[in-house]
Parts: sequence; structure tokens; C-alpha cells
Amino acid sequence: MKNAFAISVQDLTKRFNDFTAVNAITFNVKQGEIFGFLGANGAGKTTAMRMLCGLSFPTSGQAMVAGFDLYKEAEKIKKSIGYMSQKFSLYEDLTIRENIRFYGGIYGLTDGEIKSKTAFMVEHLHLEEQVDKLVKSLPLGWRQKLSFSVAMLHQPKIVFLDEPTGGVDPITRREFWTMIYEAANAGTTVFVTTHYMDEAEYCDRVSIMVDGRIDALDTPLELKNRFNATSMEEVFVQLARNAKRGE
Amino acid sequence: MIAVKVNNVSKTFKAEKSIVKALQDISFEVEQGELFGLIGPDGSGKTTLFRILTTLMLANEGEATVDGFDVVNQYKEIRKRVGYMPGRFSLYQDLTVEENLAFFATLFNTSLEENYDLIKAIYHQIEPFKKRRAGALSGGMKQKLALSCALIHRPSVLFLDEPTTGVDAVSRKEFWELLRDLQRHKITIIVSTPYMDEASLCDRVALMQEGRILEINSPKGITENFRKPLWSVRATNMYQLMNDLKANENILTCYPFGQYHHVTFKENLNEEEAKRQIAKISAEIEISKITATIEDCFMELMRQ
Repeated sequence: MKNAFAISVQDLTKRFNDFTAVNAITFNVKQGEIFGFLGANGAGKTTAMRMLCGLSFPTSGQAMVAGFDLYKEAEKIKKSIGYMSQKFSLYEDLTIRENIRFYGGIYGLTDGEIKSKTAFMVEHLHLEEQVDKLVKSLPLGWRQKLSFSVAMLHQPKIVFLDEPTGGVDPITRREFWTMIYEAANAGTTVFVTTHYMDEAEYCDRVSIMVDGRIDALDTPLELKNRFNATSMEEVFVQLARNAKRGE
Repeated sequence: MIAVKVNNVSKTFKAEKSIVKALQDISFEVEQGELFGLIGPDGSGKTTLFRILTTLMLANEGEATVDGFDVVNQYKEIRKRVGYMPGRFSLYQDLTVEENLAFFATLFNTSLEENYDLIKAIYHQIEPFKKRRAGALSGGMKQKLALSCALIHRPSVLFLDEPTTGVDAVSRKEFWELLRDLQRHKITIIVSTPYMDEASLCDRVALMQEGRILEINSPKGITENFRKPLWSVRATNMYQLMNDLKANENILTCYPFGQYHHVTFKENLNEEEAKRQIAKISAEIEISKITATIEDCFMELMRQ
């Protein structure tokens, strides 16, 4: 059952000289699952995520992402996943239409597909008046929603979202999560990091990294039961305050 | 005494073919020794306001004073007595921790020793790394160094621009404890944050959105101003519940809040009526009346 999981990771480790950034993490992510990837600053989330996206080579361990081997098929992985982060997603000096065309081109969509995707996105996000304006003129909230749609342009099996809602206003933050739910309902696996603990509650399962290890992994409900906590914030604080790394 | 006074301040930026109204007619006052929060998402004008008050940028309209000094005519006085920690790390990466501190102390004609009591609680945590270059510090330590440098000359007003953005929940808690501790030294603190839950840790807050102030009040005053009865509801399938609630004609708003959805009805219902309405959707739904959080209030103000 090689393809039962969207992501399957065993003892994945990354060392930089004598520093073990990611220490033998093991977990599976089911297809269509919303998987919250939490941890304190410096716990190793970004390093782990870079490995899963095929951008950084592991020191040891095994991983399959979207059915491809991390060591041998990193290029195939890159074609099967979408990625967006708070820090970088769209080119500000290109218009919305140009950004869509650019990313569509990179992922090998045909001109016809790009045209129909553009029309769909503009209608879905109500961007009729903005489509030929520069991305930098868009309010941040819209930009994040657009950038999520662009990350989904090539219908990836898995989408990686790195703090997608940082700094976004509270209404847009919730609209963004509606988009995440819709994507997951349509079968896309969502792998997401966040510092908003209420958002951890929206995930099907949550993992919490501490000092390079995964110290807890379960549904929000189970985690709260196990740690005798009323919210995910309490769970997180209980685990993360034991961190030894100097953050 | 008033530490900061802002009167009808507006600021616009010219962008390509358009004008960005960064601040629109902003007015407020901050008392000496107060911990005052500017709460709002990116693009609400928080940083522009900080830059005007720290005399790094001129407003188009309006006046402002800091410690009684005018931000335009007496900017040199202001620069001597404010501390400013910008959102982006802006210390010297190639200098060590202690070199950075010594540098800023010298600029203000003082020394680490002279003000050690003020920064002790913060500096203590990074002192073991004082020979390390600032660029090689972890995020949390950089933040503590930046705060130490902003305090080294014992400022009367401290401006902190999004000190907790991108910081995990544990470190955020610790940082707010440090701020509370600083208040004992009678320093006025103005801090900005996009995290609505941090508003409750301030004495008073201004809720900001798109260059305007939506409301100024104590956190308690803001939540008490939420007039509509607010309900939290929960069911096994929260996504289904959201869709059902949104489709229901008696429901005015429905927003996810962690493990609950927060709901208001179009009409002000009492507990029994609300329960009856909800039971019509499904018998499985848990409902209870709650007090609004700052985030509920912020969204309500955004809607208006």
C-alpha cells in the first residue's frame, strides 16, 4: 500500500555539522488530510518542510511524498506539490494575470488551460477590476488568497502552506481557512504551519515539534485529552516550554 | 501627564497611478506609564504611525507630540528620549552582542553599567552569548538584544513595532511578561501587534484597520461594547456546521474560533429561543452564551 499516504516519513534527519536540526522524525499524512505542523521557533519546522518539498537533502531516514522517493525523485515531487508562504509567494511587480501566466508556465500548463484557470480564479476571487493591476497594489488579505489559488493552479496532490495567515486581518484569516477546507474536501492534502493556536483546532491532526523531534501527534481533541488541556494553546505551551534550544 | 499626543494625523503615499492613504485622520493620547497597544493587521498603518512619532517621517496633516515635544520642530529632543524597536531586525549583524550594546550606549552618552538595572531581566538571558555576533543569534535572542539596545539610554517612551510577529506562543507570553515588568520603571510603552489576543495584555488599545482607528478603549471596555448576544456552537462536523449556519436565514454572522464557531442572530434572542433555533438545524449541536473576545469586536467593527 505504497500510496495510502500522501506523505510518509521515517526517521528523517538533517544535521548541519554537529547541529541536528531535525532528529529522526517519523509520521504519515493521509490523503485529503489537513495536517498542522506546529513547533516553537527553531524547533526544525522549516528544515523539515524544505526536505519534504525536495529543496534540501536529508542526512538520513526515508520519505515518500506524493508517492515519490525523496532521494531519487525530488523533481517529480516538486511537480506534484504546491507551496506558499507568508514571506514570498507572488511577484509584486507583475500583474495578477501575469503572475498566473508565469506560474502556469512553470508548471507546464497549456495556454488554453492558463486562460481558463485565469478566468475561473478572477471570477471565484472577485478580481475582475484588479486582474491587470500589479500584485503590490492588492491588499494583503487578497494577495494571500490569490497566492493560495496560484499554489493550487496545477492541481497538486499536496499543498504546503508556511504561516499563510501571518499578519492577515481576522475576517480574511477565516476566509482563508474556508479555502483550505474546500481544497481538502476536494481531495488535496494540506500541510500547514501557523502561530495562531486557534488555527491548530481546524486541522484534522496536529504534530508539535520540540528541539528537532516530534513530541506529540494526534487529533486536536486527543491532544487536549492527553495533556488535560482546554485548548491547543495550553497543549502547545506545555510541550514547547520544555524546549532546550536557545530561542 | 500625557506622554504621546496625536492630533488629526494623516499620511498618504503616492504609488503608481494611485494614492495610498496610510493614515486617515488619526487622533489619540497615551498617558505616561501606560502600556498602549496598536492592534491591527498588516497594512493598517501601524508602522507609518511609529515612524512619524519617532521623527523618521513627516505627516501630511496634523500634529503630534512625544513627551511634550513637537515631532517636527523639536525632533532632536524626541530622538534623545525615545527608544524604538523596528519590526525588522536592524542591529549590526557583524558586531557582537556586547559591541552592539556598547555602540548604542555610546550614541546616547551612557553606558551599560549605568542602566544595568533597567535591562537586567532581559539582558541576563543573552549575557552568556555576549561574545557572539548578532547575526549568529537565534530569532528569540535577537529580539531580546534589540529590546536591550532600545532601552540602553533609559527612554521615557518605548516604541515596539510588532515585536511578537512570527514568534511562537511560548516566547510571545514571555515577551509580554517582560513588558509588564518594564512598566514598573515608569516607561510609557506603545506596542503594535497583529495578534488580537495580545490586546488583553495592554492597558488600552487602538484597533486599527486600513489607516483608521476603529475604536480606542481598555480591552474590557472594547469587549463590553459588543452589544449583540454572542453564542458559541459546536458539533462533530464543524465544516458541515459552518455551511448549515451560513445557509440559515436567522443567522447574521458565523465565524470559526478554534474548536467553536461564534454566532450572532439577526434578532436578539434569549437563551431558550437561541437554543430552539439551533436545534432546528440539528439536535446534536452544543450551544452556549459567551462574552465577546477582542477578535469578535474587531470583526464586528470591520463589518460596520
